[in-house]
Amino acid sequence: MTDNKNTVYYDNLAVSSSPHLVTSLDTQKTMMWVLIALAPAFLASIFYFGPRSILLTVVCMAASALFEWCYEKLLGKPITVKDLSACVTGAILAMNLPANFPVWMAIIGCFVAIVIVKMLFGGLGRNFANPAIVGRIVLLLSFTTQMTTWPLTRGNVTADAVTGATPLGLLADNAMAQAPSLKDMFLGNIGGAMGETCTIALLIGLVILIWKKIISPIIPVCYICTVFVFSLIYYAAVGSEFGALHMALFHVLAGGVVFGATFCATDYVTSPIMKYAKIAYGIGCGLVTMIIRLFCAYPEGASFAILFMNVMTPLLDMLAQNQFYGIGAAEKAAKKAAKEGKEAAKS
Amino acid sequence: MFFGAKHLNSIAAGHYKNTAGCATEVMPVPEIVKISMSQNIGAPCKPLVKKGDEVKVGQKIGDTDAFLHVPVHASVSGVVQGIETQRNAMGGYDTLVVIESDGKQEVDPSIKPPVYNDQPGFVQAVKDSGLVGLGGASFPTWLKFNPKNLGEPMTLIINGAECEPFITSDHRTMLEDTQNVIDGALEIMKWLGSEEGYIGIEDNKQDAIDKFDKLLSKQGITKLKTFPLQARYPKGAERVLIYEVTGKTCNAGVLPADLGCIVSNVTSVAFLGQYLKDGMPLISKRVTIDGDAVAKPGNVVVPIGAQIHDVIEFCGGYKAEPRKILMGGPMMGRAIFSDRMPIVKNNNAILAFTKEQSFIPEETACISCGRCHTACPFELLPTGFADAYEAKDVKRLNDLKIMQCMECGSCSYICPAHRPLAFINKLGKALVREASQK
Repeated sequence: MTDNKNTVYYDNLAVSSSPHLVTSLDTQKTMMWVLIALAPAFLASIFYFGPRSILLTVVCMAASALFEWCYEKLLGKPITVKDLSACVTGAILAMNLPANFPVWMAIIGCFVAIVIVKMLFGGLGRNFANPAIVGRIVLLLSFTTQMTTWPLTRGNVTADAVTGATPLGLLADNAMAQAPSLKDMFLGNIGGAMGETCTIALLIGLVILIWKKIISPIIPVCYICTVFVFSLIYYAAVGSEFGALHMALFHVLAGGVVFGATFCATDYVTSPIMKYAKIAYGIGCGLVTMIIRLFCAYPEGASFAILFMNVMTPLLDMLAQNQFYGIGAAEKAAKKAAKEGKEAAKS
Repeated sequence: MFFGAKHLNSIAAGHYKNTAGCATEVMPVPEIVKISMSQNIGAPCKPLVKKGDEVKVGQKIGDTDAFLHVPVHASVSGVVQGIETQRNAMGGYDTLVVIESDGKQEVDPSIKPPVYNDQPGFVQAVKDSGLVGLGGASFPTWLKFNPKNLGEPMTLIINGAECEPFITSDHRTMLEDTQNVIDGALEIMKWLGSEEGYIGIEDNKQDAIDKFDKLLSKQGITKLKTFPLQARYPKGAERVLIYEVTGKTCNAGVLPADLGCIVSNVTSVAFLGQYLKDGMPLISKRVTIDGDAVAKPGNVVVPIGAQIHDVIEFCGGYKAEPRKILMGGPMMGRAIFSDRMPIVKNNNAILAFTKEQSFIPEETACISCGRCHTACPFELLPTGFADAYEAKDVKRLNDLKIMQCMECGSCSYICPAHRPLAFINKLGKALVREASQK
């Protein structure tokens, strides 16, 4: 070799498989965007239910992160709290609670969500059901009274009444005449879980998530449309004094449909990956929600519906797994062409 | 994909086309060139020269009797110093012919424009030129121009997409050798009986599209058209390009010619246009030199066989310690372990990254977000491949159609958990190949 005197060669460079460039959007940033999308609903809850919603949200987020940290510390696993997924779970759980819910009960909910549903199954990415949804359901079944005592919004609080019914509670009690107007429901001036009531704030969150490509619009759109269409058909068939269209909008705006469709049903881990499975999942969520609302004992069914579809997710994904490039007519044509080409080469 | 979708999935990777405005410079002949004998897919060549032989520019120095090959030519004039064996980036060994340049660049007397008057003659001329696919695949080009189904209508698709970040050498070729591209394309179309040709160019290279449009309309050529593509990755992949231009689905293992398409890289076509005029075989290559470890990034015409170190020296040397040097772009390029390696025909870029720029964050847990699936141009399921590969389940890998994967790296790029999905796909494909050989 005729190396020059001062030439420095680099013979020990790093090698790795391509690609050598990755996106800057990591899990932490994704979770950050979900928190940002939750912010409008959080602000609306402060507006309608007062500062108590701040306390509950902060406690839930902190407790969730702490439970995850303690679990990982105790078991000597790498600490993953900084990926913010525990905070998202805590925030979503908090948004699902009435604003006057006792703090210690909320912490129990966080324990169920993080430790039992998420960490015991192997942590982020391994849980089969949405932690926040299961946390909420456990709280609902354990502390039914507290979970269904809804504080009135600030405009409606009077001297002798601080709690009231949700629109769906009124519907179940055959008291639709007292139900709030659609405008109040759209703006969130109704009883309900603190993050669920203000539809417009939730829609802002939905738009943020879709715009930043954090979620695909398929699941929320299918979910909400199914609820709308199903109730439209149902009330058109059964008849209602308010008219089918009013009742269909009522069902979309009431309860947890928009919140669930935006933040719970779209949870990556527990919703399908394949496009057609996503459609089936969204429609399934809507159908189960409406069946529970109309034919079962519970006035609201969004969380049960999402839990039910969470369990269905692996099945749906498996059934939809044949959607690849080249399947179908195009593949057949290509095969035929290749075969003919071979024959031509032979002869 | 919903059937009938106009575009295949793609990702919006950063372009980093820092050198797009850098007009090409010609690198002076280095003292030493090491010309690799395996510069094409297929059989490596055997050296035709031995130590002490004198060679001239364009002289054939490597050839073989094997079917799938192209000959190798000397890029400098001088004396053969010896035949070396060097470990290559793939892990195997290459035979290198080391030539000490005399600086005179005397041209071999046998170099003259090729003369032929039929299609086999054209194919032979292309073969003699030593041309391989210059987009990166290094597939012998002459074989592409010799389809089994010659006589059927063929669409010529010239690939000027250059979707890889950082690389601008094709872009510069289109701006600086526009006429050669047109001449080369018309010649290919003439001998393949092709009535329509498209030059696919990503719409972030509007100046190249405009230049082609202007020249084509000035010369009254209507059968060759520009085809603007979305400026997204990986629009320049052969099978993606065929779908975008013709709407035809080209599966892995199917030759584009079977679908009536001939895809050729724009730099290959430009070389061909030049070769028809002067007969000088492929002995130099326009290469983009970039990366944050390089002092003066730019586009350089480099003699084949120049060592990467010398090329970077020409570009002002390293301004910081390189940690990773890539042959090709960051999405599909190969990381090499030493800068002593020589430039080969299919190099379109040398990127030298410092520790900061080559940093890839640590892998975290998969959150099943499905971004890898929606980023994949063929809508494959990389997370499914990873699970099946872990279980060494060959049947499942086949069911998921892993062999359709073209290793474009979109899944690894987009993964928020930074899983090395494309790498797992490669391992999975190797596993399937191994199993099918048993």
